[in-house]
Amino acid sequence: MTSIQFIKASQEPEILQLPLFADTVPCGFPSPAQDYVEAELDLNDYCILRPSSTYFVRAIGNSMTDIGLHSGDLLIVDKAERPQHGDIVIAEIEGEFTVKRLLLTPRPGLQAMNPAYPTLYPDPEQLQIFGVVTAFIHKTRNGD
Amino acid sequence: MFALADVNSFYASCEGVFRPDLRGQPIVCLSNNDGCVIARNAAAKALGIKMGVPWFQLKGTDFPTKIHVFSSNYELYASLSNRVMAHIEALAPRVEQYSIDEMFLDIRGIDRCIQYEDFGRQLREHVKAGTGLTIGVGMGPSKTLAKSAQWASKEWPQFGGVLALTVDNPRRTEKLLSLQPAGEIWGVGNRIAKKLATMGITTALQLAQANPTFIRRNFNVVLERTVRELNGEPCISLEEAPPPKQQIVCSRSFGERITTYESMRQAICQYAERAAEKLRGERQFCRHVTVFVKTSPFAVNEPYYGNVASEQLLVPTQDTRDVIAAAIRSLDRIWQDNHRYAKAGVMLNDFTPTGVSQLNLFDEVQPRACSSELMKVLDGINHSGLGKVWFAGRGIAPEWKMKREMLSPAYTTRWSEIPKARLL
Repeated sequence: MTSIQFIKASQEPEILQLPLFADTVPCGFPSPAQDYVEAELDLNDYCILRPSSTYFVRAIGNSMTDIGLHSGDLLIVDKAERPQHGDIVIAEIEGEFTVKRLLLTPRPGLQAMNPAYPTLYPDPEQLQIFGVVTAFIHKTRNGD
Repeated sequence: MFALADVNSFYASCEGVFRPDLRGQPIVCLSNNDGCVIARNAAAKALGIKMGVPWFQLKGTDFPTKIHVFSSNYELYASLSNRVMAHIEALAPRVEQYSIDEMFLDIRGIDRCIQYEDFGRQLREHVKAGTGLTIGVGMGPSKTLAKSAQWASKEWPQFGGVLALTVDNPRRTEKLLSLQPAGEIWGVGNRIAKKLATMGITTALQLAQANPTFIRRNFNVVLERTVRELNGEPCISLEEAPPPKQQIVCSRSFGERITTYESMRQAICQYAERAAEKLRGERQFCRHVTVFVKTSPFAVNEPYYGNVASEQLLVPTQDTRDVIAAAIRSLDRIWQDNHRYAKAGVMLNDFTPTGVSQLNLFDEVQPRACSSELMKVLDGINHSGLGKVWFAGRGIAPEWKMKREMLSPAYTTRWSEIPKARLL
């Protein structure tokens, strides 16, 4: 015999709680490189050793063809660097900044790297060096 | 042990760093709006130019040599000040920036490796090599004594700008304090010096030998602390992180007198904008905005007018729009026509660290949606150095802007103004 059983609707239904994740899940394969990200290369690290004593100076005038320095190039000058023989330096001549190669032997002198100009031998007491040019940047396209 | 390093005639020296043609020439710097002399180099002092002389007076005077005059170039001074600070921090472990050209250093224990005065000279050379600026260094067991040593190092050239007062040489300290006028002591102003003089105290040594209790009874606890400090007992410590600000003021004297409401509104709008930006820099929210305006108290044949109005905000804010709105409403309450205004400003008070507050059920003012995001974008653009955005209320060509007619280039902060060197 078949008996029929009536199932009553529950007075107090049990609530089933399922969490809903509101965050989206990116589909696709996670980047295998993400644990290996390094900081991008920074030109400052390459050109500047001591930021607090480094100054930028604009070169103006006849090119120093011997070293490939042209008018409008950006000079990176470290003021704290101790000038050595053969350094490109910013020297103060007649109240102006000028770019020269510093000679210490046989006697202190400022060499122009353009054959049209003579090497200067100022009084060593009066010789003022603003700083040593540690790098210069030449833009290959004009404008901006 | 403390050391105080300060740059010799800082503003005037900054102007000379990138000007080899001015070496040894007299240089003076003028205050805001090219008002009066606020800095002189040694050559200018030698010509007898006094601090605070109005520029128009100086302009009419004949001097044997040409005087080089500059408007205040705050961009340059701030940049070089940071560079000096960086150099000093490289050699000293703990440094407190006391002002734009003065730094206190904690130099405890340095004498185990190097004599204090040798350290001072090393510091001096290091800063000179990197920035071209000369500093003076005074050292002592307390901040007040370090300041006295620095004063003496300037007064007597034989010290070469470096002087240390140490505990093991009390007679030297005594000698120096006996020569220092009371008015030159750190923290002793004109008024106190006068009152001290009536009690027969005219030198630092006499103050050092005064009874601290007597000083506290007749003056205050601050001067008592000075007495203790003069005796080598450190009472004021190094403040590396400045305490959070309780107030932000943004005020300026105008380049030209303001007579129209529209110009004043623009000025107030700009100050409010700047003050709100500073407020966000401090990560604070304010609940009180004050505006003041005044005419020049020195103008002849003009009635003086000055007034203040303020507004309590319902919700703490750091949104520029709220600050501007409150400032303009305050201005409207105190504005009077027919005056020639010389100065105005905006002040923010009553800070809280968060914008959270209990809202009122019937408040009509509701917090603005996405306010912090908008402000972040605004500050991001303005700090990027690529361009500026501002509120239109500030106008576009303000005629009341600070007058700086003899401004030197911003040598270290703008590509277009970097120094030039000739290729020869």
